[in-house]
Order: sequence, then C-alpha cells, then structure tokens
Amino acid sequence: MHALLFWIFAAVAIVASLLVVGQRNPMHSVLLLIGSFGALSGLYVLLGAPFVAAIQIIIYAGAIMVLFLFVVMLLNAASEDPVTGYHARLIGGAGPRRLGAVLSLGLAIELFWALRNLQTAPLASGDQQPPATAVYDIGLRLFQNYAFAFEATSVLILVAMVGAIILARRERA
Amino acid sequence: MLSFITPELIFHLGIIVAAFFALQIAAAGLVYMERKVAGLIQQRYGPYLVGPLGLLQPLADIVKLVFKEELRPKAADKILFYLAPILSATAAFAAFAVVPFGADTDFSWVAKIPFVTSLTGFTGLSHPIHLAAADVNVGILVIFAITSMGVYGVVLAGWASNSKYSLLGGLRSSAQMISYELAYGLAFASVIMMAGSLSIREIVDQQAGYWFGFIPKWYGIFPQFFGFLIYMIAGIAETNRAPFDFPEAEQELVAGYHTEYSSMSFALFFLAEYINMVTVAAVATDLFLGGWHGPFLPEWLGWIWFFVKVFLILFFYIWMRWTLPRYRYDQLMEFGWKWLLPAAVINLLVTAGFVIYLGW
Amino acid sequence: MSWVPEPTLNSYLILSAVLFAIGTAGVFLRRNLITILLSIEVMLNAVNLTFVAVDRYLGSVDGQIIVFFVMTVAAAEAATGLAIVIALFRHKESLNPDAFTSLRW
Repeated sequence: MHALLFWIFAAVAIVASLLVVGQRNPMHSVLLLIGSFGALSGLYVLLGAPFVAAIQIIIYAGAIMVLFLFVVMLLNAASEDPVTGYHARLIGGAGPRRLGAVLSLGLAIELFWALRNLQTAPLASGDQQPPATAVYDIGLRLFQNYAFAFEATSVLILVAMVGAIILARRERA
Repeated sequence: MLSFITPELIFHLGIIVAAFFALQIAAAGLVYMERKVAGLIQQRYGPYLVGPLGLLQPLADIVKLVFKEELRPKAADKILFYLAPILSATAAFAAFAVVPFGADTDFSWVAKIPFVTSLTGFTGLSHPIHLAAADVNVGILVIFAITSMGVYGVVLAGWASNSKYSLLGGLRSSAQMISYELAYGLAFASVIMMAGSLSIREIVDQQAGYWFGFIPKWYGIFPQFFGFLIYMIAGIAETNRAPFDFPEAEQELVAGYHTEYSSMSFALFFLAEYINMVTVAAVATDLFLGGWHGPFLPEWLGWIWFFVKVFLILFFYIWMRWTLPRYRYDQLMEFGWKWLLPAAVINLLVTAGFVIYLGW
Repeated sequence: MSWVPEPTLNSYLILSAVLFAIGTAGVFLRRNLITILLSIEVMLNAVNLTFVAVDRYLGSVDGQIIVFFVMTVAAAEAATGLAIVIALFRHKESLNPDAFTSLRW
C-alpha cells in the first residue's frame, strides 16, 4: 500500500513539475506547483515526517504560493512572449537556449550516473504513525542546538519583509 | 483476501460516512437557523410557510439552487472558474475530517441492542476506535494547513470571474484570510503549549475533570480565556462572517468573489462557508470548551455534549452577524495586524511563562 | 500488492534528482521571470526531499530541521524576488528577462 502510494505521489510530483516548467500561462504554473507540493507533502508523510509535511503545506502551498498568485494577478502576466523562429528551437536554436538545453541534459545524466550504483535496503515506510515525540525531538533540537540559526532566520525574514516592501513601493513622484 | 474487512473497518467507514452527511445536514440546518434567528432578532417570523415551523426551508432552497441555470462569463478561464468552488468545498470538508467529536469507543453498546448479537455475532470491537474521520496525531497542524488552502478557492474565484467586483472582492477576502491566519495560529500555539501535544484528542482529554468539584477544567474558562476570545475573533474573520464580512457584503461589492457564480457552483461556495463555520466551532469546542466532556452523561454519549457546544457557538456566530455593524476594510486589516496579532503574541508569552514557571 | 516494488532510499534520491533537473531546465529554458522563480522553488523542494529521505535512512531528526530552515529561506527569497520582479515590471512592461538589456556593454 505504501509502495503504491509512493509511486503515485512520485508520478504526480514529476508530471506536475514538468507541466510547471512547460506551461505558457503562469497562473496555471502556480496551480500545478501547488499540486506538486501536495504530492511532496504526501511523500513526507510516507517518510514518517508529518511535521515537515504539515509545514510544507502551511508555508509553501499556503503562503508562498499565495504570494506568487497575488503577484501574477497584480502584473496580469498572461503569458510570455511567444518565442518563434531560430531562437525557439531547443536543439538547433540560438545560443542561450541551446546551451541551456545541453546543460540541463548534462545535469540529468550526471545525476543519474552518480545515483546509479547505490544499493540500499528498503526504507521502513511509516506503517505505524510515528511517535508523537518526533515533533518534541524537532522542537528540542531546534531550540537547543540550532537556536542561533533560528534567531538568525527570523532576522532574515524581517529583513526580507522590509526589503520587499521598499522594493515594490511605488515611486513617490 | 477479504480478511482486511474487519468490524473495525466497517465501523470506521460508518463514522466517515456519518461525519460527511452530518456536515451537509449541519450546513442545511445552519441555513434554516440563520434565517430563523435573523428573523427573530429583527422581530419578524423568519421562514414559517414551508413545512412545520419552516423546517423544510433549506430543502426548498437547495431545490431552487439546483434548478437554476449554470452560467459562466464568456471571457472567464474555464478551468479555474470551475476549480475554485471545488477547492473551497474540498478544503472545508477536509478540515473537519481530523476533528474528533467523541470519546474513543468500542461500540459495545451496539451489542446491547436486541437481536444484533444473535444475528451477526457482534459483541463489540476488539479495541476502541477513535470517533473521528481521520485521527492523526498532528491534528492541529493539519487543520491549520487545510485552512490555509481554503484561501485558494476565494482568490481563484475572484480572478477567474473576469469581473472587477469579483476581483476586488476576491483579493480583499483572501488578504483578510491570510492576515487573520496569524492570530489564529498563535491562539493554537498557546493551547498546544499548555497541553503539550499536537493531537486534538489529547488536548480534549486534558480538559476532563473539575476544579473545586464544579468548575470544569476547560481551557476557555480559566487559563486560555483570552486565547479563546482571540481564536473566536480570528475564526470569524477567517470564515468571512460578520462583522468581518466586508468582502462579501451585499451593499458594497454586489457579492464579492462569488458574484458571477450561479446554481451548483454558488451552492458549493455557500456550503463551504457554512462548513468552515462548523469546523471553526468544532475546533473551538475541542480546544477550549472541553470537547465531549460534560456532566450527567456517560462517556460514550459524549458526542451529544459536543453537538450541544458546537450548536451554542454557531448560535453565537449568527447572533453576532445580525447584531453588529460591519468593519470597513481598512479598519478590519488594522484590527487584525495592530491589535489582534500583538494580543495573540502576548497571550503566547504569558502562557509560556506560566507553563515554564508554574509547570502547567 | 507485491507486484509494486518497494521504494528504497535510491528511489527517493532519483526522484529528487529528476525534480532538480526539471527545475534547472526550467531556469535555463523559460523566458518569463515568474516561471523562473517557480522553477527555483521546484529545485528547493527537490533538495528538501533529499534531506528528509536521508534523514529517515539515518534515523536522525536533523534533516527535518534543515528542511525547516530551507523553507523559511525560500520564503524570504521568494518575497524579495517577487518584489524585484514587480519593480522591474513597473519600469518596463515586460516579464521577459531578455528585455532588460540597458546595462549591457
């Protein structure tokens, strides 16, 4: 059952990500990415990390994607300028696109080759619900070992908030 | 092959089906309750023609909605236009799925009904099962997560309708929802800190018992009184109900994000709003009002107390809508960010102090 | 369900590698600023998946904490990136990165 769920979620994540990259309309891309995040959240639950699954939905699908959606609606970004002719073709096209296609393919091949020979035992899937102390452990580690990183991240978010407000502010004529 | 069909599975499926239908009947009942209570507050009768005391009015409403024509503006994005109400309704139903509404039971009372044991050999389940559609041990996080997903239905409805009233209503409504989610989450955090667990069932179980013999140990009465207030205010703002319902006020924005919807799509939005109300009330009952604990009734009938408490909170919701004037949008946002959020943070800090120094 | 192969750590890592490659392809090949930012999010998610999978394999909880930090940093980066996109769009009504060539030599 868990194995079947893994393959289903994996297929959904890959298809959704491919469509995100391939769609013309950014609005559809954002929605497909939310679908991909949902599939990834399911994978986290299968890996026995319910906390990470929940905060993936809360933060990524629930907050960051809403931000993207608002910006897409604000800018009325219907679709990108259709690229035609010599510049469009992936294989024989102009410099940047050809190089980009070659680099991506190179990365994919390299990753496959690196992971090909890994032989590992099956992961024990989250058959029984992980003990409730898992969240307790995360909290303990977060506030003991990683306390400095935690505080630094909160300052980072504050800086990002202030920066975003200033950058996006309309020029006072 | 069929060995996985155990009595536990059958009863669990029965609970899921019962919860699903109970939600829909609750939504229909809320439609009636809203109009009747509104009528009585405004010193008129409310519905009284359809059925005894007007009790069949929701049925008439539903039949009317189903028979209406399904319209779609020509320039609206077809996929998004139909996806939005589906997202809203799905998020609303899914959020209620993790709310437990009764104590763990092994249904031994079913065996006491005459003829059941002799016909099926059923004498109670082998172990008690949870009375929730899906009881997970990080239930509060799941509720918060699915509530965050409910924003999408609103924002997509506003965008996909391709009309300025809808877009403005959708943007305002979703901005309001995500602003009040912060105070909502911080109210949750205070309760989690006091109870020490993310599982709603454990939080309810910590509220059993009485102080001095007669004051129930509910979080909403003593330790988290302000947390309860903050949660209720944030919950009312989350569900876009009065006095925070500017984005769908009839006088201001026609009908906000669901202006262009008719027939079943509108019914889905309507349903989603009422079920969100029920979920907020149910979670408030579980977290702050002791869930299914109450005097006089045995443990396995606790769900009756649960329904009574949810009903009281829903009555309070409707009472507020027809009594208070609504906030203007900038007043609403100012209240959420400048007053409610600091109050929730202070509540969290005070709770943390009590938990550490007094060991609650 | 014995005909479905059981997922190993290898499967999770390959899935994560595929997602990362898809994200990289998106960043290189798309000519729309918002889609480029979305592809970056896809890459970050692939990395998160790797962390949690290896975490499960090694039995510790540190990977989940790193995922927590990656998510918050991704939120900060998305906010700032989108603010820049809005500022750029105000300047020149286009979302095509090839349109912003005023500083080219």
